[in-house]
Amino acid sequence: MGHISLRQITKSFGDVDVIRPLDLEIRDGEFIVFVGPSGCGKSTLLRLIAGLEDVSSGTIEIDGRDATEVPPAKRGLAMVFQSYALYPHMSVRKNIAFPLKMAGLDKAEIERRVTDAARVLNLSDYLDRRPGQLSGGQRQRVAIGRAIVREPAAFLFDEPLSNLDAALRVNMRLEISELHNSLETTMIYVTHDQIEAMTMADRIVVLQAGRIEQVGTPLELYAQPRNLFVAGFIGSPKMNFIEGAEAKKHDAHTLGIRPEHMALSTTDGAWKGKVSVSEHLGSDTFLHVQTEGLGTLTARADGEFPVRHGDTVWLTPQTDKLHRFDAEGLALR
Amino acid sequence: MARSASSRRKLGMTLFAWAIGILIFFPVLWTVLTSFKTEAEAIASPPSFLLFDWTLENYVEVQERSNYFRHFWNSVVISLGSTVLGLVIAIPAAWSMAFVPAKRTKDVLMWMLSTKMLPPVGVLIPIYLIFRNLGLLDTVGGLVIVLMLINLPIIIWMLFTYFREIPGEILEAARMDGAGLKAEIIHVLTPMAVPGIASTMLLNIILAWNEAFWTLNLTAAKAAPLTAFIASYSSPEGLFYAKLSAASTMAIAPILILGWFSQKQLVRGLTFGAVK
Ligand SMILES: Nc1ncnc2c1ncn2[C@@H]1O[C@H](COP(=O)(O)OP(=O)(O)O)[C@@H](O)[C@H]1O
Ligand SMILES: [Mg+2]
Repeated sequence: MGHISLRQITKSFGDVDVIRPLDLEIRDGEFIVFVGPSGCGKSTLLRLIAGLEDVSSGTIEIDGRDATEVPPAKRGLAMVFQSYALYPHMSVRKNIAFPLKMAGLDKAEIERRVTDAARVLNLSDYLDRRPGQLSGGQRQRVAIGRAIVREPAAFLFDEPLSNLDAALRVNMRLEISELHNSLETTMIYVTHDQIEAMTMADRIVVLQAGRIEQVGTPLELYAQPRNLFVAGFIGSPKMNFIEGAEAKKHDAHTLGIRPEHMALSTTDGAWKGKVSVSEHLGSDTFLHVQTEGLGTLTARADGEFPVRHGDTVWLTPQTDKLHRFDAEGLALR
Repeated sequence: MARSASSRRKLGMTLFAWAIGILIFFPVLWTVLTSFKTEAEAIASPPSFLLFDWTLENYVEVQERSNYFRHFWNSVVISLGSTVLGLVIAIPAAWSMAFVPAKRTKDVLMWMLSTKMLPPVGVLIPIYLIFRNLGLLDTVGGLVIVLMLINLPIIIWMLFTYFREIPGEILEAARMDGAGLKAEIIHVLTPMAVPGIASTMLLNIILAWNEAFWTLNLTAAKAAPLTAFIASYSSPEGLFYAKLSAASTMAIAPILILGWFSQKQLVRGLTFGAVK
């Protein structure tokens, strides 16, 4: 079980409000991702749930029980830290066994669970090494192993992949997703990387300056961002924003259109511009187009689209994919 | 080309390091050599380096004239006692400053260090009077207390630096893993802190062993450690170089042996922050 409710929780450090009054229901078995720019309070929120920080006000319920005052050791949650936080003086085996030892399990049961976890995580050959003798990816696995052995109510991950190189990160992303599929335990995952959020989450919580901007499935956030912030944060490359006369035509203060939602032509279309930079990725081409009166827009074309720096192109937005925002930045529907 | 330049540079560095090493070691070597000479050879000019009549008579005479083992025992008690007492006070102090720092923690640390900048002779008279009035003059207990106080700032600073190197996230991980405060201290904190505590202890024993200002000024005969034993050979009746050297050699030998065997721990301790 891993149903977590946050009710009007806040957190201040001195007179700095890091988390504003915040409500959130995390369902049992859900993979939920907290995403937002650096310093927005993601780690703080996770640490509040973990019990490593005390809330300034509000309540935290875990599986229907008030856990607000419960110390971290008693909340039944497991955490994987960004730095892995392995015990440097213990072997891998002892690291993974530590939470079981703390829980007072007998030796045979500990041995069985450690062996199982090591097999699942491909660590069987490294059980007698110290963390210092492992690669970054292996340390990450040990940290995950230490978390899964005690079968917690929920897993908390704080940017667990940010110390890994790009290729390994993609691998571990898949492994964590697979782990979630097989364990079906609640996972709360913090990242500043919207691609990790989009690929892994059942639901995403977008945070900014200690406030929830929007909660929804990846595709909901992509298709119906509630405001300018979410619209700009989710999606890569970023959504284009257009203000002024063109937006007025659509009864909006700001108009948003994603790079992948514009048709490109070298002969005719709605908005004319010159290509300032073209990025050829093979599968796609991203064009940065200097338009007449609308600023620079980014557009996606297919891989073989034949343009170069200085060419003239026309962009035509798909009207049903236009996003409209009012002067406060809220989406108009 | 570049390779030979860099290897020449390395050679230069090596020679330089050896030169410094020999420069530092030479007085010790000379003392040891002199201790095996006769008094006449000890002051001979030009001095002989190795080609002299080696003799043990200085050692025999030193042991006859004064009781080496009593001084040795005093040194052991004073250096170990002041170190252990210092650790008992310093560990909780450094601990709380490293793990639960307050706004003024930095100031407190600076203040502690600043006491080391005062020349000891500046407080000699008050301490001497306090000792006299409390009947602590020439007692081992009094010296244990003074040396503990003298070195306490250094012990606290060293421990503070070690404790701060223990990442907070590891302690939090232990808490998440279900460890209460007691389990956290026994299974995580202590094993990670022991190397730092051991290095601090070793360094402090050496400092206390070699301390000469307070040990000379606050003792007469009963509580005198090896520093006083050495000093007794530079007497008003004249210097006895060979016997002085023999006494010095006997005084520094135990601590050199300790340092030799704990070399690895000492170096590791002193470079703890540098080799993460
Ligand atoms: N212990 C603390 N004391 C004071 N300020 C803190 C503390 N922890 C975090 N903060 C502040 O809270 C804000 C949010 O931090 P954090 O939750 O770590 O952000 P994120 O994980 O989203 O990058 C930051 O401005 C940070 O400086
Ligand atoms: Mg963070």
